[in-house]
Amino acid sequence: MTTKKHEAPKSEKNDDKESGEAHAYTPGLKVKRALTIEKLRRLPIPGEVLHKVGEKVNYDTKVARTEISGEPEIVKVAMVLGVEAEDMMRFMLKKVGDKVKMGENIAFYSALWGLIKKNVPSPKDGVIESISEVTGQVIVRGQPIPIEVEAYLPGTIVNVIPRGGAVIQTHGAFIQGIFGIGGEVHGEIKVVVSGNDEVVSPEKIGPDCKGKVLIGGSLVTLDAMKKAAEVGASALVVGGVRHQDLTTFTGQEIGVAITGQEEVGFTLIITEGFGKMNMSATTFKLLKSFEGYLACVNGATQIRAGVLRPEIIIPHEEKVEEKGDTFAMGMVPGTPVRIIRQPYFGAIGVVDSLPVELQAMESESMVRVLTVKLHDGSIATVPRANVEIIEE
Amino acid sequence: MLMSSSHFRIAMPTLKKPIEDMQYILATDVGSTTTKARFFQKKDGMWRFYVAGEAPTTVEAPYEDVTLGVQNAVREVEELTGHKLLSPDGSGLIIPYDGKQGVDLYCTTSSAGGGLQMMVAGLIKNMTAESANRAALGAGAIVMDVIARDDGRQPYVKIQRIRNLRPDMILLAGGTDGGAGQHVMEIAELIKAAEPKARLGASYKLPIVYAGNKTIRKDIEGLFKDEFALDIVDNIRPTLEVENTEPARRAVHELFMEHVMSHAPGYNNLMKWTDIPIMPTPAGEGMAMQLIADTFKMNVLGVGLGGATTNVYSVIEGRFVRSVSANLGMSYSVTNVMKEAGIPNIMRWIPFKIDEEDVASRLMNKMIRPTTIPQTLEDLIVEHAVAREALRLGLQHHRTIATRLKGVQTQRTISDMFEQAIEDSYVKMMTIDVIAGTGGLLSHAPRRVQPMFILSDAWLPEGVTRMFQDSVFMMPHLGVTSTVYRDAAWSIFDKDCLLRIGTSIAAVGTAKLGDPCMTVELTMPDGTSQKEEIKFGDIKLIPLGESKEAKAVIHPAKAFDVGEGPGKQKEATVIGGIAGILLDARGRPLYIPTDDAQRRDLLYKWLSALKLYPEDPLKELVK
Repeated sequence: MTTKKHEAPKSEKNDDKESGEAHAYTPGLKVKRALTIEKLRRLPIPGEVLHKVGEKVNYDTKVARTEISGEPEIVKVAMVLGVEAEDMMRFMLKKVGDKVKMGENIAFYSALWGLIKKNVPSPKDGVIESISEVTGQVIVRGQPIPIEVEAYLPGTIVNVIPRGGAVIQTHGAFIQGIFGIGGEVHGEIKVVVSGNDEVVSPEKIGPDCKGKVLIGGSLVTLDAMKKAAEVGASALVVGGVRHQDLTTFTGQEIGVAITGQEEVGFTLIITEGFGKMNMSATTFKLLKSFEGYLACVNGATQIRAGVLRPEIIIPHEEKVEEKGDTFAMGMVPGTPVRIIRQPYFGAIGVVDSLPVELQAMESESMVRVLTVKLHDGSIATVPRANVEIIEE
Repeated sequence: MLMSSSHFRIAMPTLKKPIEDMQYILATDVGSTTTKARFFQKKDGMWRFYVAGEAPTTVEAPYEDVTLGVQNAVREVEELTGHKLLSPDGSGLIIPYDGKQGVDLYCTTSSAGGGLQMMVAGLIKNMTAESANRAALGAGAIVMDVIARDDGRQPYVKIQRIRNLRPDMILLAGGTDGGAGQHVMEIAELIKAAEPKARLGASYKLPIVYAGNKTIRKDIEGLFKDEFALDIVDNIRPTLEVENTEPARRAVHELFMEHVMSHAPGYNNLMKWTDIPIMPTPAGEGMAMQLIADTFKMNVLGVGLGGATTNVYSVIEGRFVRSVSANLGMSYSVTNVMKEAGIPNIMRWIPFKIDEEDVASRLMNKMIRPTTIPQTLEDLIVEHAVAREALRLGLQHHRTIATRLKGVQTQRTISDMFEQAIEDSYVKMMTIDVIAGTGGLLSHAPRRVQPMFILSDAWLPEGVTRMFQDSVFMMPHLGVTSTVYRDAAWSIFDKDCLLRIGTSIAAVGTAKLGDPCMTVELTMPDGTSQKEEIKFGDIKLIPLGESKEAKAVIHPAKAFDVGEGPGKQKEATVIGGIAGILLDARGRPLYIPTDDAQRRDLLYKWLSALKLYPEDPLKELVK
């Protein structure tokens, strides 16, 4: 029995790698200084696209809108009136399709020459959707709920999906984090630490951080997260966070990594992992070089059934010659990698060799390994599954 | 009666070659991250596992076509064997084998894109809704929620829930035949009002299986027929005393093929490639567990411990029940195990000092980078600790499902109806003859005694229990193969898949550490005798090779039971395996000292006694 891994096939449809759509697990996080980025902004159900191809948009421009049906409310009319379901129609004041106002009577019952009167008011503004003579229930459908999709990125519309949405293109830096909480936010980049190994403590966050995307170093403390929320920071990007601090701050323990809906005051992105972990020097340097720029940030993370990593996009005009796609090339000697598991967790180096034979680890697992030349010149042997490629 | 495999067939498929003439079989499992191909060959008249190939699953953008992943996995098989299997024009596989190339049978299971996700609704939580839940689980589904009239939620809360769920399918049950239908209609109207949207896109007509009171079928049809793909089947509870899940389960399976699979990217093509219908992975795994029970005529408790879910299967006196704990797993869901079990419950299995925050961070880091593997012994032991808790919680969940007879029509008394409590489960460890495990962590454990010990700690087998293990994760493949070619599937299963790890002999009861627990007299295959006196708190492994048998006479101490009652002697034939015979006198419930130092000492003693981990690094860790 022999088992080895294939690379995922290359696809001709390779243009949406940064589109925010989930795609197959990639063992590496993108950290790119200059890239053409495209984002598909899609409506959840068909609707109207408000702009045409070629139009310029800002990040808060509404690009598409639709309506979802309103909330239904079930009214037990027959029960309230004290009549049989099959007799209910005689007492209905409204029919299917009629519009009703909250409090307006939809059914009326009178007996004993008007001595006994019963009304059934509508619980909300809406439309009578159904009247059931089997159950005696009436369903009042509330007003449609409007849904609007914003551009998220400042840029140009390069494609329109009729009734579906639009693709926004921009040019800028693209940085993926490993885990985040909170949704899409925007703000000016402000670096609050002097180095990638520095902890973000509360005194580093002041009133001038309001609306800003804060860049930290190795760790953010619980008190610093509270302070960031208190001053109204938009986002905080940092190397690591302690599990217990995050649990206390969010008020809930993370079970599975499907995030983005949390409302904790700001969007948090960690770039390395849980615990105190220096932000990768490349990532830190890149973020620092864009201090004062607008950043579009999304903490949404999904690790199951397609991978979605949190991201920081910094639109800019600076053109830099782009290297090829390191992930597509795979690992070769010289590829920069980060080790993502003990005993070298967080260490950064370059691939030294890729032996073919399986090797026994301390855990006695027989695995395919690689050797990594670390920054101090030492060589570490680790399972191939325990590294990720760093794009530089 | 044990359900035969025919219960899972939709229709007898037309095979390209009579089964007796077949030479090669290919089976794949399209998993959520990896597509696993297993190639089987008939050699010298005997079916054997030949080679494996694996590739990333390509269900997500940018690929969005599962057949690409299948082709890659099969291509690996081709490379490793030199045997051509794929059609040159990319239209599928060469079927049948023509003496040089091709394969005689191709079949597959699938859990890509999250598997079959269902919502279940019934009238009464503990009756029709519970029966519907069992039917859906039995068909291989992940049940996202069970809606019932008496589930304690306000209608608007239920509506909100249904709107947010986005299931692949809904199973609606409720009422007995001929009874009043009004309340079932209320639930039906609530579902319609919520306008549930299918997960797989707007063009998809959401399937609803109605398996309730037959007298309101016309009303149900009138309500649902325009907006849903409605399928009406026999009532799941035609009378209060009868549960009849089979028609609903069959309908779920058929709709899975017709609607869910055909809307998943590339599945229309994959369905054309296969000789028999695609089966949900857990259904294939369940069939493999049934194959064990059917062949050995024993009660089986099995588990598929995966990255995202833990599936537990029981076949007890012919009754097959499956449960799936959707968020208990060893990678994607590992932190949910920590959340559900609590860190102290994980820490109790770790024999060295380690900070709670350190363990939590390790697990969070595993969750965000789910494909990493433990390099250090310390990391391996932490993962094994989590596995015990995932298994324990999985079984706990299973017991809430395995409460009643299911499948074929089952007679019940009225008094039974109102006693469906958790403790009502018929899954009692003393009645379990075989424990079988599959899934990455168990199949890839560096030492084969590790899964035996992990399963023992988590499930606490009682009396005499055989322990089996899937060798290279091919139970789903063999499960689906067994639907058309049982003998081939069993031959491979028996010889290449089902590793016999050994037999556990465990006494139920407690005492003081060091008190006598049981004496086991063993007559070994070579005729020699061996007498083992085991004290409370001890565990011992006696080597006995695979398929070797020994006669055991077990004398429990007065306070202990090994199956015949407290203090009563039991005689049994015990069968060996890779690990041997495990004599377990650690108590039931398991005795773990509350004092931390004593706990670590005792754990270290157990781990050393079984040579569970490499000696020197372990000694270093616990120092």
